[in-house]
Amino acid sequence: MLKFIIKRLAAMIPIIIGATLVVYLIISLTEGDPARIMLGTEATDEKVEALREEMGLNDPILVQYARYMLNLCKGDMGISYKSRNPVSVEIGARLPNTIRLAFCSIIICLVLALPLGIFAAIKQNTWFDGFCMLISLIGISMPIFWLGLLLILLFSLKLGWFPVSGAEKLSSIVLPALSMAVRSMASIARTTRSSMLEVIRQDYIRTARSKGIPERLVIRRHALKNALIPTITMIGLQMGSLMASSVLIETVFAWPGIGRLMIQSIMSRDTPTVMGCIIVLAISFSIINLVVDLFYGLVDPRMKSMYS
Amino acid sequence: MMPLIQDKSNNESSKDEGIKINMEKNNNKQKDLTLEMKDLVVEYHTDEEIIHALNGLELFIERGKTLGLVGETGAGKTTAALSIMQLIASPPGVIKKGSIFLNKENILQKSKAEMGKIRGKDVSMIFQDPMTALNPVITIEKQIAEVINHHSGCGEKKAILEAGKMMELVGIPSNRGVEYPHQFSGGMRQRVVIAMALACNPKLLIADEPTTALDVTIQAQVLEMMKNLKESYGTSMLMITHDLGIVAETCDTVSIIYAGRIVEHGTLEDIFEKTLHPYTEGLFNSLPNMEKRDVPLKPIKGLMSDPANLPSGCSFCPRCNYAKEICNTEKPKRIYSNETHFVECHLYNGNNIADGTVINQ
Amino acid sequence: MNKENTIQKNSNVSKKKKRKKGEFSQAVKRLSKRKSAIIGFVIIILLILLAIFADVIYDYEEDIIKQNISERLISPCAEHPFGTDELGRDILARIIYGTRISLFIGITANLISMVIGSIFGIIAGYWGKKSDMIVMRLMDVFLAIPGLLLAIAIVAALGTSTRNLIIALSISGIPPYARVMRGAILTVRDVEYIEAARAIGARHSTIILGHILPNCMAPVIVNATLYIAAVIAATAGLSFLGLGIQAPMPEWGAMLSTGRTYIRQYSYMTLFPGVAIMITILAFNLLGDGLRDAFDPRQK
Repeated sequence: MLKFIIKRLAAMIPIIIGATLVVYLIISLTEGDPARIMLGTEATDEKVEALREEMGLNDPILVQYARYMLNLCKGDMGISYKSRNPVSVEIGARLPNTIRLAFCSIIICLVLALPLGIFAAIKQNTWFDGFCMLISLIGISMPIFWLGLLLILLFSLKLGWFPVSGAEKLSSIVLPALSMAVRSMASIARTTRSSMLEVIRQDYIRTARSKGIPERLVIRRHALKNALIPTITMIGLQMGSLMASSVLIETVFAWPGIGRLMIQSIMSRDTPTVMGCIIVLAISFSIINLVVDLFYGLVDPRMKSMYS
Repeated sequence: MMPLIQDKSNNESSKDEGIKINMEKNNNKQKDLTLEMKDLVVEYHTDEEIIHALNGLELFIERGKTLGLVGETGAGKTTAALSIMQLIASPPGVIKKGSIFLNKENILQKSKAEMGKIRGKDVSMIFQDPMTALNPVITIEKQIAEVINHHSGCGEKKAILEAGKMMELVGIPSNRGVEYPHQFSGGMRQRVVIAMALACNPKLLIADEPTTALDVTIQAQVLEMMKNLKESYGTSMLMITHDLGIVAETCDTVSIIYAGRIVEHGTLEDIFEKTLHPYTEGLFNSLPNMEKRDVPLKPIKGLMSDPANLPSGCSFCPRCNYAKEICNTEKPKRIYSNETHFVECHLYNGNNIADGTVINQ
Repeated sequence: MNKENTIQKNSNVSKKKKRKKGEFSQAVKRLSKRKSAIIGFVIIILLILLAIFADVIYDYEEDIIKQNISERLISPCAEHPFGTDELGRDILARIIYGTRISLFIGITANLISMVIGSIFGIIAGYWGKKSDMIVMRLMDVFLAIPGLLLAIAIVAALGTSTRNLIIALSISGIPPYARVMRGAILTVRDVEYIEAARAIGARHSTIILGHILPNCMAPVIVNATLYIAAVIAATAGLSFLGLGIQAPMPEWGAMLSTGRTYIRQYSYMTLFPGVAIMITILAFNLLGDGLRDAFDPRQK
C-alpha cells in the first residue's frame, strides 16, 4: 500500500507543476506593471525600474515562476496590493472557513447521495426511482448560486431559521453547505444508480445469488463495493465542481472564505492575492484527487496490483 | 425417398427393430431421481415481444448420474439451469407452468427464504465464464467461505478453514486464498468456482458449459477433476454443453434440446450409436471425422428459429433435410424406441414416412 | 490479385457504413421513445425561436436597456408579468432577450471547444504513441484545474468582456472534448474498414474526415449537448460574480446579481431569471441524457 501511495504521489507532482504553471502564466497576462502599482503613479520611471529589477520582474517568466513556487514552499506568496499584508496571511485566515464549508457539504452530499442512488437502482422503474431521478435532474440543472438565494429567501427571510450571511454563528454554515451540496449530490446519486444497475447485471452477482444468500446481503457484500468504483471517480470530479461552487456560494452568503477573497481581489485588481488564491485552490484540488485515488486502491484490489 | 434410412444404413437393422410407437411410456416412477423437471414453460416478456425460451421442457437425472444437456446457443440451456436455481430474472422472465422436483420436492412452490436454504446447498451451479463469475473485490477464500457459512452457520473463521480444504481439493494451495480473482488464471478461477459449487456437498451440480472459456489443455484437467469429485461425493450432475466430446466423456444419459424442448433423449449409447433425430444427426455431422479427414463437414444449415416467433409445426422443420408437409403443420409426438430412448420427430411414425414428400429441396 | 482484394474491401467498407446508418436510425428511434428527451428537445427549439425572434418582439434600445425611473420596482402585474427592475425595465422582456445571450455564448464557446478539442483528440487518438502522450498529459494538466476556476483566472487576467468570457469558457471546454474524441477514435481506429481504407492508400485527411469522424460523432454530440448546459450555467455564474456579461446587457446571472441586492423587498427579481436558467439547463440535460442512452442501448 505504501508503494502505491508513493507512486501516486510521484505521478501527481508533474501535474501540480503543470497546473500551477498554467495558472501562473495566465495571471501574469494581467495588465499593469506590478512595480508601478506598488509605487503609485507619482513615482519616477527610474524608481519603478529599480523595483522591477529588485522584484525580478525582468527575468524570464519561467524563472519568475520557479522563484514563485520556491517561495510558496517557504510560505511566501508576496504582498497583497490592497491590504499590504502578506498574501499567505490573508489566505491563511480564510482557508479554514473554506475547508469547513467544503467538508460539511461533502458530508451532506455523500450521506444523501449514496443511499438515494443505491435505493433508486434496487427499486428500478418504480415511483421511488422516478422521483429520485427527477429530483436529481432538477438538482443538476439548478444554478447553485440561485439555489442559495432561494434558500435565503425561504429559510432566512421568510422563516428566520438561519442567518442570511456571514460565518459568526454555528448555524451560519447550514444554508451555504446545503446549497453547495445539492448539485454534487445529484450527480453522485445518478452515477451511483447507473453503476449499481450495471453491477447488478454482472455474472458475479448471479454467482452470489446462486449461493442462496438473501438479496440484501447480495447487494451489501457483492454489489456495493463494485458499484462504488465509478462513483469514486464521480466524487473526485465533483470535488472540482464543489471547489468552483465555493467561489459562488461564498459570494452569495458573504462567507469569509478563500473564494470570496479571490473575487474581491479580482475586483480590486490585487493580482498577488488572486494568484495566491487560484494556486492554493489548484493545489488542493490535486491533493483531493490524490486522496480519491487512494480510496480507489482501498476499494479495488486490481488498482493496487497495477502499481506494485 | 427415405434419406434418413439410407444415410444410416450401417445401423438400419437395429433401428427397424427398435422403434416402437409408445406414447404414454413413463418408467421414471420407480427410479431414484435427484431432479425431475416436467413440462416447464418459461417466457421472457419484453416491450416488443414474448420470447418462448422453454416450451414444455422435461429433464430427469438419477441419483449419482450425469445428464448431458446438449444444444446450440439460444436453445434454452442456460434458462433451464437458471430455472432449477430459481434465478430467472423476473421481470422479464416468467415461469408459466410446469414443475421442478428436486429430491422429490417441488421447488417452484418454495418461498424465497426456503429457496435460499436450498440454493447453494442442495443444488449449486458452475457458471460458463470463470473470468466474470467471481467478484473482483473479494478474496477467493471469503467467496468460498461465504456459501459454507451461510448454509452451515459455523461462523466466518471456521468457514475460511473449510474453504481452504476445498481449495486444496481442487488443486489450489490454500495459502493463495487471500488473493483476489484477478491474480488467478482462467483455469484456476474455474477451479475456485467448482470449489464454491461443491463446498456444501450438493445433491445436484449444474455445470453450464464449464470449460467453454478455457484452453483445450486446461479443459481436460478441469473435466477430469470434476468427474472425480462428483464420483467421490456421489453428486448428480447436469452437464450443459454443445461439445459432444465432453458428453461422451462425462455423461450417463443425454438430452438433446432444441428451441426449448427435448427432441431426443437416451443413454449415452442410445444417442451416440442409435441416433434418431435429424437434429442430433446434424450435430454429429458437424464434427470433424477423425478417421477420414477428407470427408467434408456437413453443418446444419440456417440458424436457430427465432424463439419469439416459433414455427407452428416442428421447431426444427425449417432446417431439416427430411422435413415433410406434416412437419410444417403439426407438432411431433414423443416416440420411444426402447425403455430409455425417445425422440420427438414425425419421421418415426411409419405412416408419415410412407405418404410424405421431402419439402426442403 | 491486388485489385480484386481492394474491390472486396471496398464493398466491405460500404457494407459497414450501411450498418452504421442502421445504428443511427435505431438511435433516433430509441430517442423518440423517451418522453423526457422529447420534452428537452421541444424546449430547446422554443428557446432557439425566442432567441431568434427576440429583436422582432422587442426593440433593444427601447425595451431592454432604456431606464424608466417612473416604473421602477413594480411587482408582477398584468402589464409587467414578471415585474420591473430597479431601473424600471420589464423583467420578462429582459429574460426573453437574455435567451439570445445565453444561447449565443453557449453555442459559440461550445463550437470553439469542439473544434480545438476534437483536433487534439484526433492527434492523440489517430497518431497515438508520442503525440498521444504529449497531448493527453497537457490535457491532464488543464483538467487538474476545475473548469470554472480556470475560466475565472482567464477572465481575471484578460479583463471582463463578452469576448474574453467566450475565450475563457472555450478553453476550459477543450480537455473534455479531447478526451471524448480520443476515446471514440481508439474504438474505431483499428476497425477493418479503416484498415481497408488505409490499405487502398487513402490519405490521412480522407480517412479521418470520411471514415473516422462520422463514426465518432455520437459521443461528441452527447458531450456537446451536456457541455452547452455547463457553459450556460458558467456564464450565469461568472456574470453573477461580475466577471461575465456586463451591464446593461440583459444576462440572467447578472440579473440575479442585481436581484440579490433587492432580495428583502423585491424577491420576484431573484425568482424569474433563475427559473429561466434552470429550464434552459434542464432542457439540454434532458436531451443530452436521452441522446446518451439512445446511442448506448446497453445503458438503460
